[in-house]
Amino acid sequence: MSHGLVKRLSLCICTALLVASCAKQNKQAFYNTGIIYCSESNPVTFNPQLDTSSTTSDATSHQLYDRLLDFDPNSGRIVPSLASSWLVSDDGLTYAFQLRKDVWFHTTNYFKPTRNFNADDVIFSINRWRLRSHPYHYVSGGRYPYFESIGLAQNIASVERVNGYRVEITLKRRDSSFLSNLATDFAVILSEEYAAQLAEAGTPSKIDELPVGTGPFKFNSYRKDHFIKYLRHDNYWRTQALEEDDNSDSNLTSELQSLSQQQKLEAPLVDQLIFDITPRSSLRLAKLMTGECDATAFPAQTELEVIRTEDDLTLAEKPGLNIGFWAFNTQRPPFDNPDVRRALAAAIDKNTLLEAVYFDSATRAKTLLPAASWAFQNDADDTAYNPVLARKLLADAGVAPGFSMTIWAMPVERAYNPNATKMAELIQRYLRDVGVEATIVSYDWTTFRRHLQEGLHDSVLIGWSADNGDPDNFYRPLLSCGAIPSGTNRAMWCNDDYDKLLNQALQTDDIEERTAIYRQVNRLLYERLPLVPIAHAYRYQAYRNELEGMTINPFGGVRFGGVEKTL
Amino acid sequence: MIQILVRYCTLFVLTLLVLTIISFSLAYLFPGDTLENLTGLVPQNEIQRAALEKQFKLDQSYVIQFIYYVGNLLTGDWGYSFTSGLPLREEVGIAMPATIELATYAMLMALFIGIPLGYYAGIRCYSTSDHLINSTSITTYSFPVFWFALLLILIFSLQLDVAPLSGRISLIYDIEPVTGFILFDVLLSDIENKSLAFKDALSHLALPTFAIGAITTASMIRITRRSVIDVKHRPYIAAALSRGLSSWQIFFRHILRNALLPILPLMAIQITTLITNAMIVETLFSWPGIGNWLIQAIYQRDYPALRIGMMAVSTVVITLTILVDLFNRMIDPSREKYERATV
Repeated sequence: MSHGLVKRLSLCICTALLVASCAKQNKQAFYNTGIIYCSESNPVTFNPQLDTSSTTSDATSHQLYDRLLDFDPNSGRIVPSLASSWLVSDDGLTYAFQLRKDVWFHTTNYFKPTRNFNADDVIFSINRWRLRSHPYHYVSGGRYPYFESIGLAQNIASVERVNGYRVEITLKRRDSSFLSNLATDFAVILSEEYAAQLAEAGTPSKIDELPVGTGPFKFNSYRKDHFIKYLRHDNYWRTQALEEDDNSDSNLTSELQSLSQQQKLEAPLVDQLIFDITPRSSLRLAKLMTGECDATAFPAQTELEVIRTEDDLTLAEKPGLNIGFWAFNTQRPPFDNPDVRRALAAAIDKNTLLEAVYFDSATRAKTLLPAASWAFQNDADDTAYNPVLARKLLADAGVAPGFSMTIWAMPVERAYNPNATKMAELIQRYLRDVGVEATIVSYDWTTFRRHLQEGLHDSVLIGWSADNGDPDNFYRPLLSCGAIPSGTNRAMWCNDDYDKLLNQALQTDDIEERTAIYRQVNRLLYERLPLVPIAHAYRYQAYRNELEGMTINPFGGVRFGGVEKTL
Repeated sequence: MIQILVRYCTLFVLTLLVLTIISFSLAYLFPGDTLENLTGLVPQNEIQRAALEKQFKLDQSYVIQFIYYVGNLLTGDWGYSFTSGLPLREEVGIAMPATIELATYAMLMALFIGIPLGYYAGIRCYSTSDHLINSTSITTYSFPVFWFALLLILIFSLQLDVAPLSGRISLIYDIEPVTGFILFDVLLSDIENKSLAFKDALSHLALPTFAIGAITTASMIRITRRSVIDVKHRPYIAAALSRGLSSWQIFFRHILRNALLPILPLMAIQITTLITNAMIVETLFSWPGIGNWLIQAIYQRDYPALRIGMMAVSTVVITLTILVDLFNRMIDPSREKYERATV
């Protein structure tokens, strides 16, 4: 009996193991048809016009939608997307876009397009955030944080339909970053036909919940805290363009060839794209290691070494267009006094923060701009660690020893600040040395951001990832007056000289001239110090070797068009 | 017999009533707005608030509120979750079967491995194999379940890479929840690659089932062994021996059935532990069950979800406990003398 039992038991275990291993071998072909991406959180909405968080743009922007223009991920140049070409008038105020024909919107079980993409969709998409009078403006809250933060709506005089495939946009002032803004993750093109259909049905808000776009994948299902499932968009225009190229590839000009390269980059190559929502970073790494995910968002700094040592995993890195900083609420005394801000800046040792929090995966920030930007200033002034000076400045400004303040540490990890709480603790210690008592405050992410917008903080550790390569994309959303209500100006700082300089920089297309203006801006920021720049982090993306075609998009969200899986 | 049934029903209804009262009062005890805690709906303005208060009878006495609340519970109107905005009934409807499925398989494992091993150890008591089984079961029983589950993940998922560590099935399969039991849902679905999906679901089930099952199995072994040893020393066994019955005959005629009787009520107690363990293990394996769901609700301070979650879990536990006890009562004639229902 004893033998029989042991035998039977071991037989059971063996069968179980066999089943597991069999499943492993047979599943390859099928598993190649879908990519699973472990994302860190729920998207706030399925329309990136409405939210600037990278979670939302990762999940939607390059998957569901297309923009008029795109950034080439390697050169940063602006390349055609839904607009096949464009013309700028001599005065720099009128932009004419020629639109691509034969672009189809998604066919889903809630919407069947009867016409292809045309000028009406462009006008609808832009007017939705531009015009308060637009019927869709106040659907889903009526806040368009990216466009508000750069004040784009105020600068557009008109968006006109010239013919079915030609749109003309007229600006009030010259804006050399205008095209860049149209290429960001947020300037997506929605379907006007779908919107009209929803308005008729009386359910306009569905446009942001059950999305329809022209992108490489279409919406299938979403379960909060669990998953988002997308299916391949069979009529995707880049796929069709690719097929046409294949038929007539004999005498292509080099320009067309490079265009088809770009198209290949973004055509959907798998049947399914799944976002597995996994908030815990360690669990994302574990799932990546077991192959339950093919790629993950935001590997934690402490996990990078593990990923590097695993043979099946690839860790791609690129210097990122981002900035992590410590912003003071300049509307609250005593932080309205630049001397106090300078004192606090001198009290901390940035290099230690860099080592302890970023584990050397970041470079020290002197200004808002990282080295990847063309306006980067190498010899900019920087604050230095000097507790003696800090104490003196504080005493001069009348801040008594034992003064207490709050440091808000953001509760999520971002490339620009992988561990804000730890950084806050370090800063807390530095501040104690100069006689300032700091308390650390944190809420869940949504509440945190809401309270920040209300200005309840003394100082906050947060940052910014750029949406395009233009320097204006750092300076304007982070510190201009217009960015206070939209909630990206965490320092609540408003300075007329600063805004004037920024506007001046947009009046010219000459890069030398603009760079010179941004040098003045840097000087002004160094003197007034509304925030302390801390670090520019590298961007990392971890994925399994099975994925081919993954690239880091330095200008925004992850993209899965053009990614293939071969187990 | 009918009297017993009536008594059990009364016990069941009364316990549920107490639970309902507690869950109802939670809406008042939780911080925040009672209306929001009770319904999960956040009124946008005063007019809407007044309308909702009227609808949920919040403007009337507690008794009427409570009666209305019970009515809502019975008709399946359980309110809405703060975080997802979905009807709680739907959410519990997805999460609860997942937990029950896990617990069922773990229980089956405990029954089919634990009881035979327990019998074996009991019959061969104080032999080497008995000591081996007994000490192994005591060791397993002393493992904290979360630690054991982590150990399994470390060894089988991360090191050996033979089993996945999260979820019920790879998200690549689009399985409609019909029964809520993933294995049955896979079989009922009309996807291609059904056998692949089934294997995938099995491999997802393996580790969490084993983690919960091992501990229940260990306690099952110990309970069974104890009971067998007790029976073995009864005089009627000695009598049977002296009548010249073979040890096999004694086992099948006397020990097997008599030893089972004390096990059943103890099994009812195990159900609570089992479900608690399942809820703990779920969070480790990201199993989308009720435990995981409740933890999320706690993190998000989703009071309506907590209230309904507590109600749902305790209802399941009570129903199962009472059912097992009733079953036990029906097959065990020695308990007929107790008139009252016991749990």
